[in-house]
Amino acid sequence: MTRKQEIVSDVVIKFAGDSGDGMQLTGSQFTNNTALLGIDLATFPDFPAEIRAPQGTIPGVSGYQLRFSSKPVFTPGDACDVLVAMNAAALKTNLRQLKKGGKVIANTDGFDAKNLRLANFPEGVNPLEDGSLDNYELIKMDVTKMTREALKEFTMGMKEKDRAKNMFVLGFLYWMYNRDMSSTISFLKEKFGKKDDILNSNIKALQAGYNYGDTTETFTTTYKVEKAKMEPGSYRSIMGNQAIAYGLIAASQKSGLPLFLGSYPITPASDILHDLARYKHFGVRTFQAEDEIAAIASAIGASYGGALGVTTTSGPGLALKAEAMGLAVMLEIPLVICNVQRGGPSTGLPTKTEQSDLLQAYYGRNGECPMPVVAASTPSDCFDTVFEAARISVQHMTPVICLTDGYIANGAEPWKFPQSSDLPEIKVSFKKDLDEGEEVFQPYKRDEKYVRPWAVPGTPGLENRIGGLEKQDITGNVSYDPDNHQHMVKIRQAKVDKIADYIPEQKLDSGPAKGKILVIGWGSTYGAIKSAVEELQAQGHAVSHVHIRYLRPFPKNLGEIIRNFEKILVPEINNGQLVKILRDIYLVDAKGYNKIMGIPITKTELVEHIKKML
Amino acid sequence: MTDTALAPLTAKDFQTDQEVRWCPGCGDYSILAQVQKVMPTIGVPRENIVFISGIGCSSRFPYYMNTYGMHSIHGRATAIASGLKASRPELSIWIVTGDGDGLSIGGNHTIHILRRNFDVNILLFNNQIYGLTKGQYSPTSEEHKITKSTPFGSIDHPFNPLALARGADATFIARTMDRDPKHLQTMLARANKHKGASFLEIYQNCNIFNDGTFEIFTEKATKSEEVLFLEHGQPLIFGASRDKGIRLDGFTPVIANLNDGYSANDMWVHDEHDMYKAQILTRMFDDPFTAGHLPRPFGVFYETSRPCYEEVMAQQIDDAKAKKPADLDKLLRGNEVWTIN
Ligand code: SF4
Repeated sequence: MTRKQEIVSDVVIKFAGDSGDGMQLTGSQFTNNTALLGIDLATFPDFPAEIRAPQGTIPGVSGYQLRFSSKPVFTPGDACDVLVAMNAAALKTNLRQLKKGGKVIANTDGFDAKNLRLANFPEGVNPLEDGSLDNYELIKMDVTKMTREALKEFTMGMKEKDRAKNMFVLGFLYWMYNRDMSSTISFLKEKFGKKDDILNSNIKALQAGYNYGDTTETFTTTYKVEKAKMEPGSYRSIMGNQAIAYGLIAASQKSGLPLFLGSYPITPASDILHDLARYKHFGVRTFQAEDEIAAIASAIGASYGGALGVTTTSGPGLALKAEAMGLAVMLEIPLVICNVQRGGPSTGLPTKTEQSDLLQAYYGRNGECPMPVVAASTPSDCFDTVFEAARISVQHMTPVICLTDGYIANGAEPWKFPQSSDLPEIKVSFKKDLDEGEEVFQPYKRDEKYVRPWAVPGTPGLENRIGGLEKQDITGNVSYDPDNHQHMVKIRQAKVDKIADYIPEQKLDSGPAKGKILVIGWGSTYGAIKSAVEELQAQGHAVSHVHIRYLRPFPKNLGEIIRNFEKILVPEINNGQLVKILRDIYLVDAKGYNKIMGIPITKTELVEHIKKML
Repeated sequence: MTDTALAPLTAKDFQTDQEVRWCPGCGDYSILAQVQKVMPTIGVPRENIVFISGIGCSSRFPYYMNTYGMHSIHGRATAIASGLKASRPELSIWIVTGDGDGLSIGGNHTIHILRRNFDVNILLFNNQIYGLTKGQYSPTSEEHKITKSTPFGSIDHPFNPLALARGADATFIARTMDRDPKHLQTMLARANKHKGASFLEIYQNCNIFNDGTFEIFTEKATKSEEVLFLEHGQPLIFGASRDKGIRLDGFTPVIANLNDGYSANDMWVHDEHDMYKAQILTRMFDDPFTAGHLPRPFGVFYETSRPCYEEVMAQQIDDAKAKKPADLDKLLRGNEVWTIN
């Protein structure tokens, strides 16, 4: 049968179904397959709340959004072209994101009376039958029936067979987008290697889906997205949490310090713990502690012993760690704290994204307790950002907070990964001997960066005692002297401020150096701001974009950049946090654009908002 | 001030230039002196010894030990020590804590370090009161105790620290007291020798806020009647004329008088490795002011061996390293790579 092949440049697919339908796997398989073709992409998994909601209900819907394009991609897309709806609830939750004229691929079995009722459709209403989807291209298929049919020779139970439904859908999409399926077949082989039945049934369902597209005459068109023009080099796909794990291992290798992770499981940060636990051959020690406090405390202990001590968490966990962070500030020892932010306050929205812990990272401790803060802007940027966090931490003897959020932690993008030889060495030196003329070791004697020496247990002659009580300058002995306390508070601050001399200057991401509006962002809003600003620039507007990785201290030239613009806009997924700090430090009338809905800011809304300011 | 390998260290070498700041007469002084005496005998170079404490009177301890030391935050010494031991198994780590620090605010970390069995020594200074915050009841204070925060008497039921430690599957539990330097030294040496988490409860007198709370066990006049010293392989005998013993009636310990026709052979013979009997020993926790009460045991209640967390962790790492080289480029590359020319 001859068919039309249409070349398209930009596609957004949303895979949506019940948590049990395997949509995350389907999405990530399609993503890998896409990446391997050199097509640019970005993804956004949209998890339901942690505990499995009853099957078929709206709270039980799990989604995975993938955008792929032959042009550079910075966000997973504001609206989708294709919606895969495995059941009625999935359609109901996601339909408003579908572009007019977009495709709905609906599994009819998920639209029976029971599913319709669970999705709160009125009695007797079936959106697949009542014409309400006339503005879209509706593709109906009984995935369940066809999967069972394809697997009829297998002896496994019906439940097991139904688990392969997602492979059927994946196969169909592979057909629709002209793909070769080998990446998924090798993935299945690796995953189910020894379980022949499961392996073969999955492959069979995948092929059945593909063949269904190929042999059914109603499907007249397939689509193709060409390779993107990306910088030459080798690429792989990476997710934010994974990049954090890799960045920490790289920092460990480049500093020669063994990596120790103390962590307590928490959404959405647990994957960093899972990932690092696998890399024992890199000498990584992972310690699943009894609580958040023990997690950071154990990392402090490891750091004290000369390891690269790390703890990973999310907002509520960061709150629990506050006192121990203060101890690390007082001890002046290295420690990396990764906070994968989520919706708050309290337990908040564990599976949804937010940028609402910046003020907590800045100020959330007792006493005058300054700590450097860095933030990653994309999944792959997590690698460089956490590497920098580790570098700053060990070279400046200070705990450092590295912020990411649920959106980039679970999102994926192509990554032009570095060669290990391209990564800078992180120079660290432990103190080994007393200085000339020193009779007893002075643990709080500082160098030109105001940094004290790192003397680890096991070093003869440097035995010393440190702790959380205020200490006398130089000797480190306990001191309640008023002048000394003032001096120590100031010097701990000066030490953190001094880091500005050891970080790169702020660069404009795009736009003129002088102009009407400067949009300042941090963290995961990067893609949306970049796309919005570039669109406005293309329309001839003098709008520029700055995205800040080093949030405390700020790069030295940030103030200068800010002063070259008439208006400052700070879009954030919170109620206005960076904007407060900027107003405080630079006395600038910066305005916020704040969305606090547990979902990312879209390019479209940002363009609209900026236009109003022009 | 470098250590010379030649001259053996003495207690003095473990003193620091810091003025010791406990109240005069505090039991902590004796404990400090005994620890400083024992340190030169444990065969560990001074630079490999680390004292870690939390918050409380006892937690000042590290400042007075010329070793590595950290005076950390309330209740967390055990958690900090866990991370340090996991990454530096060769260090000899001593955790100094109290009944408030280790059993109240840090209770969670205490039970977890015990079940994980890191090879560390936990010295729990039990004075049954909050000293540093000036006299509130603690989780080991007796019921009805009148303190600043319990003017009508405490309604908290107290912890039995050794029963708690046993419940957390500690591999070494023992009790001693500040006023018996010899016994204290022996127990410190035993705790050090034990491979695994050693939990040593030390009865310590807070002469300011809870003076004399352990007097009945520590003072000459009553000690021999009230204290049952445990010795491995020996029958449980006590009393000023060593004429009383403990016999097991089923699972119940009862006092038997050697003058009443019992011989030492009838008595319960202490076996440090008997987990079930250790359970009974920890429960010999009667109020010493009630009639017919049992004496309070002191000594090593229980010792067993179980793999230490840090050893198994190191083993897993060694095994993993033997199987796979640490190839950073391979990690960063992953399994699925595409190239753009
Ligand atoms: S308050 Fe009690 S425990 Fe604390 S130093 Fe004074 S006597 Fe010792």
